[in-house]
Amino acid sequence: MKKFLEGSFAMAQAAKLCRPGVIAAYPITPQTHIVENLAQFIADGKLDAKSVNVESEHSAASCVLGSQAAGVRSFTCSSSQGLILMSEVLFCIAGMRLPVMLVCANRALSAPINIWNDQQDSIAVRDAGWMQFYAENNQEAVDLIIASHKIAENSKVMLPAMVCVDGFILTHGMEVVDIPDQKDVDNFLPSYNPPYKLDPENPMSFGLLGTPDVYQETRYAIQKTLEDVLGMVPKVGKEYKDKFGRDSLRLVEEYKTSDAETVLVAMGSVCGTIKDIVDTEREKGKKIGLLKIVSYRPFPKEAIIKALKPAKNIGVVDKDISLGSDGALYSEINSLLPSDKKVSGFVAGLGGRDIKPTTVKEIIELTEKEQNSCKFVDLNKDILWEKFKTI
Amino acid sequence: MKEIKIFARAGQGAITTAAILGEALFYEDKFSYAFPHFGAARMGAPMNAFLRFDQKPIRLRSQIYNPDYIIVIDPTLIESEKCFNNLKDQGKAVVAVRKNTQIPDKKDITISSLEAEKIAKDIIGRPFANTVLLGAFAKATEEVKLDSILKSVEARFKSKPAVLDKNLAAVKKGYASV
Repeated sequence: MKKFLEGSFAMAQAAKLCRPGVIAAYPITPQTHIVENLAQFIADGKLDAKSVNVESEHSAASCVLGSQAAGVRSFTCSSSQGLILMSEVLFCIAGMRLPVMLVCANRALSAPINIWNDQQDSIAVRDAGWMQFYAENNQEAVDLIIASHKIAENSKVMLPAMVCVDGFILTHGMEVVDIPDQKDVDNFLPSYNPPYKLDPENPMSFGLLGTPDVYQETRYAIQKTLEDVLGMVPKVGKEYKDKFGRDSLRLVEEYKTSDAETVLVAMGSVCGTIKDIVDTEREKGKKIGLLKIVSYRPFPKEAIIKALKPAKNIGVVDKDISLGSDGALYSEINSLLPSDKKVSGFVAGLGGRDIKPTTVKEIIELTEKEQNSCKFVDLNKDILWEKFKTI
Repeated sequence: MKEIKIFARAGQGAITTAAILGEALFYEDKFSYAFPHFGAARMGAPMNAFLRFDQKPIRLRSQIYNPDYIIVIDPTLIESEKCFNNLKDQGKAVVAVRKNTQIPDKKDITISSLEAEKIAKDIIGRPFANTVLLGAFAKATEEVKLDSILKSVEARFKSKPAVLDKNLAAVKKGYASV
């Protein structure tokens, strides 16, 4: 049913529709209304789940690790410092092959303290063995939460999934969202029935010592599984589309790329802004396109290479930076493409810096004109480092 | 696509204003995207809420710099926030004022000013200007029907019957005051 909803409320509804048995979260900044709404659903008797109010994000992640290991579908949310505090446990969750669901409301990292949006937090934990799907809008966020459960819990996968949504822009943004019916979700997503769990009748252990004789094989197993997920995403995405009518779960979205000379590549809500600019530039006769990365982990190399084949100039927009190197997405896209393509990397929108239509136009112009690997856009020249450094 | 910028202090209901308006536009089959921008994120600090609406889904996610309409909830912000500066030509402003509020003289802009805080204090008992201004906005801009605003206020306050009727009356009074 279509409703005008705040993103956090819509995502809480989506989580509720998946019938989690345990929700653990640390209820202080950085946190969103998502778990606040879920706690309210439980208090109102609308959701039969255990809400665990823990003392830190490390504990929140540990709690959902334990409950998922006990065979219960488990959900948590975090952002920014909270996600980083979880990071030790995030690696454990993937290593123990537990399909926990986490919504990351993407926000910048300290210091300086900044509550606003960028994607540095989820990028910083990209190597943990979790799937990562990035939503352009709140409808996609809802769809990805529901659809990615199905992949995560597949007995051939058993890996956790993180749905990444731009903090404030989506979490605090209100828009029209179609919330699926419970019976349709029940039909799409069967109850969680793991091939293994903590069970006194059939005792087993998780996360034991993995000596040099076996550890490398556990990493190989996750890598191979994530490669298989690349084939599974379009299939489950189609199944979701057939049932709910929307094509939200996919590896990438190609927006007017087939004849485009210049293509921008981006993830998350900025893709909406870029689509608007693609359309206005096309009205002026410029062949511009957008490649939206939905699945960042696993990274859909073949789909990206195919989509970028017609393009001459490629500009990758990162809301993150691997300090001392380049933007994360740029590095990976650049490594995939032949040397005759002109690939540029742009760092934009850090710590809530607004990405305006003029920002996107500047990125397009620079992509066509020159080649940069790590160009910061929209810098305030009055407060730049060069002006103040004394050594 | 039309764009609205709301000026308020944190705690004065700017987000609620945008939410009620977005819901009202939804009843009229329009798509909107309403969102806040916090500065210091502290009660009393100046902040903005924004709303874009159109016949088709909104994709643009940037803040709003040249609004078609502005709504000023706190009269003390008119000067300090330069509320009128980037309003489009032919734009409209719906502004809460107090007795001594100076309104800048701007050509090409239609300004609807009303003592919304006083109206709210008389009707609701507290100086929350936002529902009064929503009624005024409906009348001044004709972008949304009064009935849609009333229906949206009803949905918003249905769990608080003590304030629902007062807010409905505040919307109607705002509508009649333009």
